[in-house]
Amino acid sequence: MKHVLSALFCWLLLSVFAPAHAALKILATTPEWAALSRELGGDKVDVYAATNAFQDAHRVEAKPSLVARARNADLVVAAGAQLEIGWLPVLLQESGNAHIQPGGPGYFEADSFLRLLEVPTSVDRALGDIHPLGNPHAHLDPRNIALVAKALSARLAQVDAGNAAYYAARGTDFQTRWQAAIARWETQGAPLKGVPVVVIHRDQVYLCHWLGLIELAAIEPKPGVPPTAGYLAQLVTKLSASPPKMILRNAYNDSKAVDWLSEHIHAPVILLPYTVGGTPQAKDLFGLFDDTLNRLLAAAK
Amino acid sequence: MRSNLRMAATAAVALLMQLALSPAARADELSDLKADLAALKAAYEQKIAALEARIAQLETKSSAAESLAAEAPPPPAPPPSSGGGQTAFNPSVSVILAGNYANLSQDPASYRIAGFMTGGAIGPGERSFNLDESELTFNANVDPYFMANLTAAIEADDSIHAEEAYFKTLALPHGLLLKAGRFFSGIGYLNEVHSHAWDFIDQPLVYQAFLGSQYATDGAQVKWLAPTDVLLEFGAETGNGRQFPGTGRHGNGMNSTALFAHAGNDIGDSASWRAGLSWLDQHAQERSFETTDATGTAVLDAFTGRSRLWGADFTFKWAPHGNSVQRQFKFQAEYMQRREAGNLAFDTLGTNVIGDYHSTQSGWYAQTVYQFRPRWRAGLRYDSLHSGDPAIGLVSSGLLPMTDFADIARAHPERLSVMLDFSPSEFSRLRLQYAYDEARREAIDHQLFLQYLFSIGAHGAHKY
Repeated sequence: MKHVLSALFCWLLLSVFAPAHAALKILATTPEWAALSRELGGDKVDVYAATNAFQDAHRVEAKPSLVARARNADLVVAAGAQLEIGWLPVLLQESGNAHIQPGGPGYFEADSFLRLLEVPTSVDRALGDIHPLGNPHAHLDPRNIALVAKALSARLAQVDAGNAAYYAARGTDFQTRWQAAIARWETQGAPLKGVPVVVIHRDQVYLCHWLGLIELAAIEPKPGVPPTAGYLAQLVTKLSASPPKMILRNAYNDSKAVDWLSEHIHAPVILLPYTVGGTPQAKDLFGLFDDTLNRLLAAAK
Repeated sequence: MRSNLRMAATAAVALLMQLALSPAARADELSDLKADLAALKAAYEQKIAALEARIAQLETKSSAAESLAAEAPPPPAPPPSSGGGQTAFNPSVSVILAGNYANLSQDPASYRIAGFMTGGAIGPGERSFNLDESELTFNANVDPYFMANLTAAIEADDSIHAEEAYFKTLALPHGLLLKAGRFFSGIGYLNEVHSHAWDFIDQPLVYQAFLGSQYATDGAQVKWLAPTDVLLEFGAETGNGRQFPGTGRHGNGMNSTALFAHAGNDIGDSASWRAGLSWLDQHAQERSFETTDATGTAVLDAFTGRSRLWGADFTFKWAPHGNSVQRQFKFQAEYMQRREAGNLAFDTLGTNVIGDYHSTQSGWYAQTVYQFRPRWRAGLRYDSLHSGDPAIGLVSSGLLPMTDFADIARAHPERLSVMLDFSPSEFSRLRLQYAYDEARREAIDHQLFLQYLFSIGAHGAHKY
């Protein structure tokens, strides 16, 4: 027992005082920003995503594994705009890590570099779980990813100055490839302009805004509030006259209400990856948009 | 620019004056003035050229920006301000409102946990409609180095007390955290959890019997997180130890010590766990306990000595892919053992005889909560306590019969609770709970509760 304890103690001492790992440790709150961190950081970063594509980033707990990752992170990459308000502040406070506190270079909020849509004029919880700073699900407009990438490249260079040139080069390379991809997606997505759709939560707003899809209704009567049978019946009446071409469903959404509505208004449900990892094809950011467009185009035919 | 204009104006005025005043000196001075004006003109032309160049440069830049903007979405907005002015620095405020309706088959005034000398707030509360504790929490970063938190509890009897009031460091190196003030101790799993976040309306019997429901101390806590990918957390606390099972001792010393260690991690995408070990060392001086003697007369006994408790806790959570919106399963269990050694005074206000006292008591609970639909959860909890046979000097010496200590004679209290709750949103919850409570020695208490919990103000935290 004594040997075990002294070995454990030595190991702990070593891990505290030994020089830090070469790789910059990044804790990203959501899969899309984890993927972007990987794109921009290459092999100089070690990225951990706090959530996967099947989780709702509103509803996460400051669980032990996340506290441990926050403890060791050099940089936290969050979506911001209060998406993670239920758990990230606790995580940062519990982390014992001075580097990643808000306001410092080790804390990065993607949405703070974007102009958000749907900034409410009044804030009241009677309106549902609304976000006072605007809709935080901004990554589904690829032009936003380009803006965040620029800021994140600069941040990586600031936090890990030794590899600044590496990050700059990777950043430029990513921007070139990304802009080309945007041009391709926009050409591909042209037929989607004006196509009427129904969404579940208002987290497809940026996608609709970018592609020109028309959002007829949301299945949630208010953000975060599940639909009642009465509300769904109202939706059927409302949508029967001019049915949507499709109903969009994210990988993490429950299918019950969507399937019911689909049956009643005769519009197909289209499963979208929403973020990296949401479908097998959405392996990275490029795959996310490739797959999203493919699925939308197939349904719009 | 302005000074140049003034120069030009002065020069022009001077020129006019000269022209008017001295016709004789006109010729010379006129040529001087002409030279001055020429110099001024040259200076202006240079400046204008420079300005034109700058404008041209800016124009090309802005057209480049426009072409960028045409392909990019709207440019970033200025960083969000939370209203500006003084309110931007206000701490986040949240208020918890809670209340219940209780239907208890036994009179709560006669509540006892058989076999235990209890203290603090125990029992099922009052019958009928009750206002539960209303919590008012203020929380903010003080500066880059500290955060501070105040939780004031307004009780149903209109008293208000500081439930927690502490500061915590944000900027210590090497994973160290220091907390000081009044706070819920880090021992156990449920001890740090505020009542509105409990899965049942009341605390498990082990917490009620050993810690008077929840152990808070005025003191300091230091916590260290190991730099590992698995959570390893070690904490030590000291404080005045005034709260049950300790008492104030009028000394300068550290009257209580608590140690705890936590480990935790994920199991795949869907599950996570945390395990902990805790130790609490307290001193009690004349900790009084209301009881009855062999004749049924109310007496006040008192314990003086050392109270040492150790505990183990384990929590496991599962949700499909870790998505707790639809379904979630939670299991938690805690075991505690307490040894008290010292002396016990019988009938301190009357006979007041003192003898040795030793006891080893233990208890545990296990509970599961299952969220079977997005807003519905059902829970089951089992409580068990073992009081053991206390060694009472006054009895073994033959001075008093054991019947004078009937309340702390060997007992095995148990309780079974079931609950169902409905949360219309993240900020509201309604709960129905039934408990079959065998904590009393003589009778079974059927307890039925209806509870509401509302949270207004700042968004609450989802602690593990």
